[in-house]
Amino acid sequence: MGVEIMNVEAEFHEMEEAVLSDKDVDFHVRDILKSVSLGDCDMYNQLVAVMHRKKRVAPDEVALLVASLKSLDEAVSCIDDQHGSLLASILGMNLWNHGSDVMDALLDLIVNLATTSGKYVDLCLEMLVGNFTPPSSFINILNHPRGITKKEQVLSRVHSTLGRITNLVPLATLRLSTLVIQKKPSHFSKEFILAMYVENMLRLESGDLGEYVRSAMLSSVVDLLIDLDLEIGWDDILHDDSSKGIFKMELEDIDETTDDELKGDIELPRELSRKSLGRNEHAEKLDSLMVLTFEYLESCEAGGRLTKVFEVLLQSFQKTILPAYKSKFAQFVIFYSCALDPDNCGFRFANMLADIFFCNVRPQFERMMAVAYLASYLSRGRFLSTSVVVDMLKRLVGWCLDYCRMQEGEGRPNAHNVFYSGCQAIMYVLCFRMRSFVDVLQLKSQLFVILTHQLSPLKVCLPTVVMEFLRQAKAASLFTISENFDFDDYLESELSRAFGGMERLDMFFPFDPCLLKRSDRYLRPHFVYWSMVRPTYDDDDEEGSGDDDEDMAKSFQEFDLDEFDGALNKMSITPKMSTRMPSRIRPSTSPESL
Amino acid sequence: MEGLNVSDANLIVHLHPSKSNNIYDAILRELSSLLFKFNENFDGVVLAYEFNILDKNAKILIGIHPFFGVRLKAKLLLFSPKPDMLLEGKVVKLSQGSIHLIVLGFSSATIIDEDIREEFLFKTKHEEEVFISKFHKRHVIKIGNMLRFLVKSFDEEILHISGSLVPPHTGSIWWLDRHSKEVSQPDRGNKSREAEEETILQANGTVGGTEVFSINNDHKIKKSKRKRIREES
Repeated sequence: MGVEIMNVEAEFHEMEEAVLSDKDVDFHVRDILKSVSLGDCDMYNQLVAVMHRKKRVAPDEVALLVASLKSLDEAVSCIDDQHGSLLASILGMNLWNHGSDVMDALLDLIVNLATTSGKYVDLCLEMLVGNFTPPSSFINILNHPRGITKKEQVLSRVHSTLGRITNLVPLATLRLSTLVIQKKPSHFSKEFILAMYVENMLRLESGDLGEYVRSAMLSSVVDLLIDLDLEIGWDDILHDDSSKGIFKMELEDIDETTDDELKGDIELPRELSRKSLGRNEHAEKLDSLMVLTFEYLESCEAGGRLTKVFEVLLQSFQKTILPAYKSKFAQFVIFYSCALDPDNCGFRFANMLADIFFCNVRPQFERMMAVAYLASYLSRGRFLSTSVVVDMLKRLVGWCLDYCRMQEGEGRPNAHNVFYSGCQAIMYVLCFRMRSFVDVLQLKSQLFVILTHQLSPLKVCLPTVVMEFLRQAKAASLFTISENFDFDDYLESELSRAFGGMERLDMFFPFDPCLLKRSDRYLRPHFVYWSMVRPTYDDDDEEGSGDDDEDMAKSFQEFDLDEFDGALNKMSITPKMSTRMPSRIRPSTSPESL
Repeated sequence: MEGLNVSDANLIVHLHPSKSNNIYDAILRELSSLLFKFNENFDGVVLAYEFNILDKNAKILIGIHPFFGVRLKAKLLLFSPKPDMLLEGKVVKLSQGSIHLIVLGFSSATIIDEDIREEFLFKTKHEEEVFISKFHKRHVIKIGNMLRFLVKSFDEEILHISGSLVPPHTGSIWWLDRHSKEVSQPDRGNKSREAEEETILQANGTVGGTEVFSINNDHKIKKSKRKRIREES
């Protein structure tokens, strides 16, 4: 092999010494390629050997390679299927292993190869997509300045070459989409490979081809997020103290908290959960991909493309995330998009979820998931205006009221799962947003009818939610219209875990705080934590006094959800005497509430 | 330009019952899946379509229950380039070794140097690469020009055309149209326009969820006329 290479060099050196023009070299290379069909492969093999050398250090070797690539570029119409070894050598070259000169010459050749006959388009696209990720030897230097420079050198060239090919062969765009998805590394791949590949997919979407590849790229990224999400089992995050209520569990991360007072109340289970997740390889991969996606969404917002991107994300949400059984983290991609553009995206998302819930022809499971998402979203989205929340609540209450009017008798709870999930959603949102709701008189009376209906939603819905709701409702005098309403008569019954079914959809709160540490930093400013909520009752007077109800109700009106920001530091944290859950029922399957 | 024709096709689209609440959209989706792909039944690439539903009563199909078939009468715009046809495309890249074109905005075509007649010389003028005719200095081929060329072959998989500028009646359309008498151009381009008459070609087969049970394709008649012209000349 070594001798062979020496010969090649000698041949080419001879040519150089004879001061051949570029044209002469081009003709020579054409002759070499044509001679293969005549059975003369000596020079051809030497040419292949030049392409095949992996390590090139000497400048003359690099010059030889560049000259060969340029000559092949001019003679590309002579390359056909009988030059399989040459094609394999060219397409097997890795851009990451070469300098700028070789990269440029190689990519010019690739463009010509792809566009001249059409039959090598797929192979050329595949070669370029293969260069989305570096060889494993680059792992250690990727974060160094040299690695970052190299990465930009390679990727900018790869993407511009893809653009050049698709300009000349328009239908190559369709093939590129398919190829990028086919070549997507599995979620078991290493984190840096996944991150680099996703970065390239998003870069492709942001580029000139975005219009054509957007749907395929974004859907594929969401699929990958879900794959990783589902690899993180609930066992990895369930470190649960079931004696704690779902509202009591949740607190912000200790590292990020600026309020020193909070530190004393950090809940042990949550810390355990985060620590145990920290060791989870899939969680780390997911975290870094989520961060990439968040940054990409920010760039879309800055570039005015978020609305288009969001439409694709919404479709992907319906197709992938919503049907996934209790997705834990992937849904925050949508949440973050909504946070970046609450007026459009934020409203669209809430509306879509409500539409799914109200749609009679959709499967029950899907409707219950949708309303669980809606409840969690309305409760947690700090960016949502009070009017949006109240409008959604009006729609939910209206639907539940219509449902009640059509029903007679108690019936089995699992025959009315969708209704109960709707009722629980209303109560859950009200636990967070009671103060915004106390003024809406019409809703209060409608809600009273629903809650006192024979279907007894208060007896069936998750006791923790019911109790927190009743406690706040009582303090806020929500149902002053009836003196007969007994707030304490709705204890847990045998029915109380029935409507969620085996899947326990009654305990699915998809937008509970995100346990992925890096992602959480992006979400935190847009998130309503339970500690930020001002319940209508006074913590120091847990049992509440009926005499104070009126005064409290007046005081609510001075506050609005939008004032949370300023009042954050003054707020009470989790109620110290919050309601206790029966130990046999987990308070929530959501991570931080365990 | 040759290679384009309108065909009448009688189709049966197979639809899933879940699509029964919006049949029209479902048919659009099915027919759209035919677009920009070569289809052997139609012997061409479907570029556009319009359709009428023949019967409001769809037929539940025996054997592939629960699908039901909707009968359509569709008009299809087909692109079927064949060797020796004259096509037109926009030049998007030039080099000494090849001219790259895009036909109808989607199909790529390449003319390699061997298929460029010797009359054309490659030059770089004011940093712009052009092919200039030795005999007619104003006959220039440069990026952005529309070119008339002869089809050598058509790759049905990637819809790539291999073309030729060897015949004298090929080159820049702008120049050819102004100097049509100077080149011995066969009376071919006009023929494509008159070919609205149709012969009936029976084709059977299933395309995805669409079954073709008859197609009127005007392309065949053009071909036979062309052959006749060649025989006469």
